[in-house]
Amino acid sequence: MMAGITVKQRWLIASAVVLVGAFGWLLYGGLDKNVVFFLTPKELISKGNAGYEVPVRLGGQVKPKSVTWDDQTRDLRFVLTDGAGDVTVHAKGMPPQMFRDGMGVIVEGRYGRDNVFQSNSLMVKHSNEYHPPKPGESPQEAYKTLMKGSGA
Amino acid sequence: MIGTLARDALLVSLAVTAFGLVIGPVAIARGKREWIPLSYAAIYTNFLLLTIATLAMIFALVTHDFSVAYVAQVGSRATPLLYTVISLWGALEGSILFWGWVLAMYAAAVVWINHERPGNLVPYAGTALLAVSLFFTILLIGPANPFGVVYPVPPDGPGPNPLLQNHILMAIHPPLLYLGYVGMAVPYAFAVGAMLSGEVERDDWIRITRRWTLASWGFLSAAIIAGMWWSYEVLGWGGYWAWDPVENASFIPWLTATAFLHSAMVQERRQMLRLWNLNLVVGTFVLTILGTFLTRSGIISSVHAFTTGTIGYFFLAFIAVVLVSALIMVAGVSDRLKTVGHFDSPASRETIFLLNNLFLTAFMFTVLTGTLFPLVAEAVRGVKVSVGEPFFNRMSLPMIVALLFLMGVGPALPWKAASPAEVKNKLFPPAAGALVLGAIALAMGIRNFYGVLAFACTGYALVANLREFYIGAAARRNAHGEGWGTALSRLVAGNRRRYGGYVSHMGVFLVALGIAASSSLRTEREATLVAGQSINIAGRTARLKNVWGREEKQRSVIGVTLELMNGETVTGRIEPRMNFYPTSQQPVPTPEVKSFLFGDLYANLQAFQPQGKNATVKLIWEPLVPWIWLGGGVVILGALIGIWPNRRRSVA
Repeated sequence: MMAGITVKQRWLIASAVVLVGAFGWLLYGGLDKNVVFFLTPKELISKGNAGYEVPVRLGGQVKPKSVTWDDQTRDLRFVLTDGAGDVTVHAKGMPPQMFRDGMGVIVEGRYGRDNVFQSNSLMVKHSNEYHPPKPGESPQEAYKTLMKGSGA
Repeated sequence: MIGTLARDALLVSLAVTAFGLVIGPVAIARGKREWIPLSYAAIYTNFLLLTIATLAMIFALVTHDFSVAYVAQVGSRATPLLYTVISLWGALEGSILFWGWVLAMYAAAVVWINHERPGNLVPYAGTALLAVSLFFTILLIGPANPFGVVYPVPPDGPGPNPLLQNHILMAIHPPLLYLGYVGMAVPYAFAVGAMLSGEVERDDWIRITRRWTLASWGFLSAAIIAGMWWSYEVLGWGGYWAWDPVENASFIPWLTATAFLHSAMVQERRQMLRLWNLNLVVGTFVLTILGTFLTRSGIISSVHAFTTGTIGYFFLAFIAVVLVSALIMVAGVSDRLKTVGHFDSPASRETIFLLNNLFLTAFMFTVLTGTLFPLVAEAVRGVKVSVGEPFFNRMSLPMIVALLFLMGVGPALPWKAASPAEVKNKLFPPAAGALVLGAIALAMGIRNFYGVLAFACTGYALVANLREFYIGAAARRNAHGEGWGTALSRLVAGNRRRYGGYVSHMGVFLVALGIAASSSLRTEREATLVAGQSINIAGRTARLKNVWGREEKQRSVIGVTLELMNGETVTGRIEPRMNFYPTSQQPVPTPEVKSFLFGDLYANLQAFQPQGKNATVKLIWEPLVPWIWLGGGVVILGALIGIWPNRRRSVA
């Protein structure tokens, strides 16, 4: 069977191998730089130097009484904790409506060398780590308060 | 009661499909042609049985029969009727039922239309479709049984996932996706039929399935666009594509199906790429099953993933069976697939189609790699990772602009070989289009390399495709003295497939411009406003009128009214809201979009003070995004033109 291969076919096969190889190398290089690790604060801290300035998705809970929100500069700062480790997070823009102490959130961004995690996206986690809303905090309650306040 | 009927229907379906699966090959092996209709009867009966089961489920949903497990899971008395009916595909079991029903429908239709054709191609194709049907019936009896019994019967249910009952597109995107995904089983079945019946040297199977493939491709294209639209209208972040695994799952088979639509023409016209086409068809089908696995098994958490049951193993086993059997069959026939034609010249349509196939396949592998990598990383190294958007963008943008450029070159070149004069006359003038659209992109303020290049390549291809209509219509005018309108419509009617294809190209150009402009020039502003304060964006002013609330039957709504201002006069209103469903701890964002010719004003309510004192709104100016949806419509129009039956000459 191999005897039937002509010079032209040999060239074709060689160029196909080169093409596929180059494409695979591109894919590998692209993946290597853009893999986002899912970590908890403790895991991020324990990575040490390797944890800085790489894309990370960090999941944990908002540490109670750690949230500060600056209405003028629209800076949001809070501490994300998994019980074993704490990471300070900085995000731009208003937090989601239901954002509050103790709730599970996921932030995506990079951990800076100043030990502040710069988040470019903040998601509220729907999972069992979520604390059920306390009285007065459920969406329905917020809605009722609003209705009373606006007199509608 | 109704659940018992449906369960019985599914059990009978299991027996009937298994019988049909055996009787077809036995009839062929023993030369008993008269037994073949039994196999077809099994296909029709299976369609009837799954129709009964699907109608029973709709009936149970509408009558709030909470003794049926699926109804108890997704139904609720407060849900409006429309959303009750469409919750048929709102969770795992119902969607598998709907899936099986669509498959049974396709199988019955394709066999009904082709049952008189002599030879073993159709019987084998029917058998292949029965095999796929059997898999889905097994799922419906086993891990995805929607008709489980709930006792004691609950008085009410939780209702569908809030995200799935917040927008009308949920009634449109899923059925389109199923029609597209499942339809890819038809060309697969005929490819299997062709290999098993020894008809693989003839190209009949490609001709028979041409319209089916095109229709499925049209449905899949529409489904992808509708999914993008849903994400844009419901999720509140103002985007339509994030290289999310579930988006990729619908896009990956679309790429190979698109490649096949083009390479099938090369096979028909030039008798080349036969082995390649078999691989593309089998690959597309496997990728649809893989997509189903990714979205339905719960392996990827998203709005599409419902449970983490055993169903994933069933899918993996099925994928393995399909892949191994297809490899054996393809290997068995590959020696017989002599390529008759050959490439005469690099300047020919078939060469461009070959390049288009290479790029589409490379694109498919890129997206597939990025989608599967996290699963492999977790399985092999135990780390949880995702692949970031930069990977997909960096890898795909060069391929996208190359494909846009080829969309102009392919139609302009003839089959076999273009003369140097043809190359000059056809390929040079469209460069003017590239210059014009490239300049427009720069004038609009687009500064990123690929944004400008995408505009330029689109301009090139746009002019090249328009010229095909112009040259063809002008020739008819000269030859037959027809007016422009008549000449154009007869030109298209004379070769629907070709010109339908060019119409679809036009739709792709609109989508490309929309994506290039909106990803380069999107601007957003966020502000916390009290009533009377305004926010400016892209030369428009919006003033907060008030924060309001409203009780609806199945949910509570909090919204804000923003007035669009022109000086001191109010020119319009935009009312983003948050919907609060009792079953959800999170409000569901409900942005409002105002569309203009050159873009959308997208408003989302980010947060509000419980006392209604102020509200935080985000306004986004999204240039050319409406063109994406319009372009999707044009793509589908092109597919419809291609599918439309040729007018039959009256034959006595």
